[in-house]
Amino acid sequence: MRYRRAGLAKVLACTAVLATVATACGSGGSGTSPDGKVELTIATFNEFGYEELLKEYEAANPNVKVTQRKTGQGAPHHQNLFTKLGAGSGLADVEAVEEGFLSQVMAKSGQFEDLKEIGPKDVREDRWLQWKVDAVTTKDNKLIGYGTDIGPLAMCYRKDMLAAANLPSDAEGVKALFATWDSYFEAGDKYVKATGKPWFDSAAQIFNPMHNQAETGYFDRDDKLVIETNDDKKIFDQVTAAVAGGQSAKLAAWSPEWETGFKESAFATKTCPSWMLGVIEGNAGPDHKGKWAVTAAFPGGGGNWGGSYLTVPKQGKNKAEAAKLAAWLTAPEQQIKAFKAKGTFPSQTQALISPELLNQTSEYFGGEKVGLLFAEQANKVAAAQYKGPQDGEIQDNVVSPALTSVEQGTSPEDAWKQVIEGAKKAAK
Amino acid sequence: MTTELTVTRGRGAEPRPPRRDDNDDIGPGKLSWRYRLTRLDVKFSPYVYIAPFFILFAVVGLFPLLYTAYISLFEWELGADEQPFVGIENYTALLADSQFWNAMVNTFSIFAISTIPQLIIAVLLAVLLNTALRGRTGWRMGVLLPYVASLVALTIIFGDLFGVQYGTVNNILELFGVDRIDWQADRWWSHVAIATMVNWRWTGYNALIVLAAMQAIPRDVYEAAWVDGASKVRQFTSITLPMLRPTLIFVVVTSTIGGLQIFTEPLLFSPSAGANGGATHQYQTVVLYMYQAGFQSQDLGYASAMAWILFMVIIVIAGINFLLTRRLASSGEA
Repeated sequence: MRYRRAGLAKVLACTAVLATVATACGSGGSGTSPDGKVELTIATFNEFGYEELLKEYEAANPNVKVTQRKTGQGAPHHQNLFTKLGAGSGLADVEAVEEGFLSQVMAKSGQFEDLKEIGPKDVREDRWLQWKVDAVTTKDNKLIGYGTDIGPLAMCYRKDMLAAANLPSDAEGVKALFATWDSYFEAGDKYVKATGKPWFDSAAQIFNPMHNQAETGYFDRDDKLVIETNDDKKIFDQVTAAVAGGQSAKLAAWSPEWETGFKESAFATKTCPSWMLGVIEGNAGPDHKGKWAVTAAFPGGGGNWGGSYLTVPKQGKNKAEAAKLAAWLTAPEQQIKAFKAKGTFPSQTQALISPELLNQTSEYFGGEKVGLLFAEQANKVAAAQYKGPQDGEIQDNVVSPALTSVEQGTSPEDAWKQVIEGAKKAAK
Repeated sequence: MTTELTVTRGRGAEPRPPRRDDNDDIGPGKLSWRYRLTRLDVKFSPYVYIAPFFILFAVVGLFPLLYTAYISLFEWELGADEQPFVGIENYTALLADSQFWNAMVNTFSIFAISTIPQLIIAVLLAVLLNTALRGRTGWRMGVLLPYVASLVALTIIFGDLFGVQYGTVNNILELFGVDRIDWQADRWWSHVAIATMVNWRWTGYNALIVLAAMQAIPRDVYEAAWVDGASKVRQFTSITLPMLRPTLIFVVVTSTIGGLQIFTEPLLFSPSAGANGGATHQYQTVVLYMYQAGFQSQDLGYASAMAWILFMVIIVIAGINFLLTRRLASSGEA
């Protein structure tokens, strides 16, 4: 679900590993209960909004009993997933996988069932947005996950701060500023000149969506590292030039300082996936109500950050039943209910035209029709970029730290050397 | 356990068999069997009693230790289809890995600026707590409070205090006209910040252990020294320190082991809480790098090799410290 590498996550991850070792033996299960019912387990993290849906499923299928295993944070959930994949047993029948960890899962796709094969035949791929399906389709054309939710990107900005810098601040006017990355950085320069204050929160938050829009990611389709020949150097230079121009507030996302930064009005714009609205509201607080706005524009087109899939690991007992449950949960009708329960933004084309979604507004963001806005943004995502197995690692442990080091005073040339070196090491 | 019980009960219920040489006329029948049982009981029961610890240790201590050594000889990726044997390749790669040596230097730097002042302060604190203070128990409990508080909570609070842009410490520094310090970017200052967290947590704990040992020193030794005209300082160096020796050795060795395994503090000190240890690994410790290699890069073979090298280093350093402490603390004695 939400792609959040928060402070506690990693610590919890460590304890989860310990817990995993301790419980690995105890979670086998026969697959059927004494009274002959089919027993299914589904492992999710954060909030998927499935509690009521699972009851509904049990009522409709009296021979099935579903148990949900919930983990608070994404990191420990996936840590557990990889550990038990390695152990060969102990996973739930249906396992949720988040977009940020998908490249690692795709690298082990042999351990997951092809849902085209075992899933219900009436589930067609056009249930989802094309790029959502593409991202979870392997090179040999297997579908290993059903899409649940997504995080389409829009731009969030401070109306009052843009107005103070004599920049357009109404929803239509700002669209010109956020049309392309060039116009975005240009507006940033004007803003910095007028106010002396930073334009965006941190370089990594700009680099990542720019990188994801490019045709080729860190790896080509043969899993060869291509960071030296793709567009990344150009993007890196563009972002670090903006840092040199004073556009970055140098606040690393999810840090306590970043959270304070919202209250302190430390930056004027923020790359904004659908779930970020709640984060902004929580961090900026009631004092800034109505000052933040969101607009249906994103430099360079569209983008996605976050969202999950339901997978069926091969080690499970009732794989066909598990696939049936996953197919039912990811149907548009159910995902709309999950959206209403926990705000997970649906990835199904039918759900994206549901009136319940389109009529959703945000009071904090000036009554904006955010459902409609993000549905529009979801359709702007051009294509799923191919992700190599170490993609997430390079993003989190190589490129983002290098950008931070530029913000801390390292020269962009040295930082780029650091990127190349780190990426080669990670890809080894 | 049942066998132990019956054996024990057998001993308690029956009188102890007479010794063999007193009963030469009795043949090697029933008594001899009982005799042998008793011999076995006396010989092996103690081992059976301590067995639970060692069985547990073998399962959760020794086995992982040896298995780690085994894994370190493979290219062992979590969940991968195959794990090829690579011999000592992980070790040779590690010794040529600049990030590993950087982590080693960081570990020792943080270790030095945390453990050394920490132990000196702990001993001095123990001396203070050992004097006739008003509300002694309160003070003694007080120094233990940081140890009781949750490490994660402490680290988050310290992370806030040492924030670069909105941190309290920097705000205070600015108040006094001192330049703000970039606790994140500057290698040395990031070590200082992390060492502060470590010291905050462990100084009181060590002080209490030293205090307990201090109170076990007989009063009459001090009285004799006082009669001989020894000053307070002389008493401290010639009586207190030498008599604290076993405790100091314990405290130094445990602090060394803990200090070289610092993990949570640097992990949570990083603003995005990654195992990267700062943008250029400026405060990544060896354990942090090990975690990153094992559970983020999923390269368990490499992480295991790192674990073993760290294990060796800790044994060597703890050994050196053991010898040094024995030397230093015995300097007062003849």
